[in-house]
Amino acid sequence: MKKIITVCKQFKVSILAILMVMATSASVFASDTTEGEAFDPGAMITHHIGDDYIWHFFDGHYGTLYLPVILYTDQGLEIFSSSNFYDEHHNQVEYNGYKLEHGYIAALDGSHPLDFSITKNVASLFISAFLLLVVFFVVAKGYKNPKKAPKGIQSFFEPIIIFIRDEIAIPNIGEKQHKRFLPFLLTLFFFIWFNNLLGLMPGGANLTGNISVTFVLACIVLIITLFSTKKYYWQHIFATPGVPWPVMIILIPIELVGILTKPFSLMVRLFANITAGHIIILSLFSLIFIFESMAVAPVSVAFAIFMNFLELFVALLQAYVFTLLSAMYFGSAVEEAHH
Amino acid sequence: MELVTPGIGLIFWQTITFLIVLGLLAAFVWRPITDALRAREGFIADSLDAAENAKKDIAKLKEDNEYLLKEARIERDKILAQANEAAKQIKEAAKEETAKITAKMTADAKAVIVSEKNAALTEVKDLVATLSLDIAEKVLRKSLEDKKAQESLVKELIKDIKVS
Repeated sequence: MKKIITVCKQFKVSILAILMVMATSASVFASDTTEGEAFDPGAMITHHIGDDYIWHFFDGHYGTLYLPVILYTDQGLEIFSSSNFYDEHHNQVEYNGYKLEHGYIAALDGSHPLDFSITKNVASLFISAFLLLVVFFVVAKGYKNPKKAPKGIQSFFEPIIIFIRDEIAIPNIGEKQHKRFLPFLLTLFFFIWFNNLLGLMPGGANLTGNISVTFVLACIVLIITLFSTKKYYWQHIFATPGVPWPVMIILIPIELVGILTKPFSLMVRLFANITAGHIIILSLFSLIFIFESMAVAPVSVAFAIFMNFLELFVALLQAYVFTLLSAMYFGSAVEEAHH
Repeated sequence: MELVTPGIGLIFWQTITFLIVLGLLAAFVWRPITDALRAREGFIADSLDAAENAKKDIAKLKEDNEYLLKEARIERDKILAQANEAAKQIKEAAKEETAKITAKMTADAKAVIVSEKNAALTEVKDLVATLSLDIAEKVLRKSLEDKKAQESLVKELIKDIKVS
């Protein structure tokens, strides 16, 4: 298992490297191209998988939702609509001492305001949170009488809930301890899955493919792991049984780093998998514009449909993997010495 | 690089939103659901157990019934055999009794006949004695008249009258 994880990690690191190259090269291309003439797939893709202050659905007067900008500056909070950054021809303009620079808000006087804006991703996050609450409060209503057979939406989610309990929580954490972690694991699974699916919708935000979101999820997993550790967990790190002390000099730093690499791999895995899926689909559509031919369209669409189905699977798979690995980390934290 | 740089805004909103969703779902959704699932699983397990027990009970009942039936059949056979035996005995006894009675009746009849015969004989003997006395009287009277004639007569009479 550990071997597979390390292989995965290496694979993820390579994806990360490619992404970095792509991101930098995209900006290079952007500066090279003449205004509005040539199609730049790199810029288009980075724009689509990144965050934005507006939510663009379609071209035209009503096609764009301008989201609120919230800045925390030395003078306090500043709240205004992101529509102020655009004139009537959708060109970017300066407003109130701020301007948009490479998709980020920058102060003209060189100060660094903290940006708490309700961006496209934050708006999508709120929608998904609302959706999660609505869906699962409806599901919970079905359990008023526990002896009744599940029906409707309840019968769709119940097997998944039971699967997470019986196949993820109990085998990895243990029959005795799993009840403490089950609410978190269930929330984590459905949060990731719902947001993965929302990200696949046309116009959806790439929320789970955003490093900030996966960073927060991984941090919460790390914090819960560290706060539920038992003696055996630290004993395993600082005094691995049966290992001579000179080896421990090397082993202790490795184990300590291992505490952090586990959530780090969680963070990068989800981010890279979801972002990669989006990049592939966008790249396939870019082919049409690169070749400037409608003849490519059927091929692109066919591949994109295939990729979409694959992404539907990946959406579920990544939610499962993130939850499973979290459960394994919790399990190692609460493990009692038994051998 | 901006793709892999976490932004403070989204981190802030993600933390707050996720924790609120986690709190609400944990309190109002996951707890009732997991409790209800456990309750239902317990209920189903109990029902299955009850069904299994009922099946066992029925099997036991059936076994008991069969045993009872067998027992009853044996009992019936026994009673029948006894009844047969009793009937036979009664028949046998009746036969014996009848035989005894018949034998007794025959014996009684024989005894009566014997006694009657004896009585008749006694009567005859009495008669004979009376007759003999009469004759003797007559003979004695005659002998008083004619000694010689009487004596011959007596001799003749005695010769004639012979008691059987």
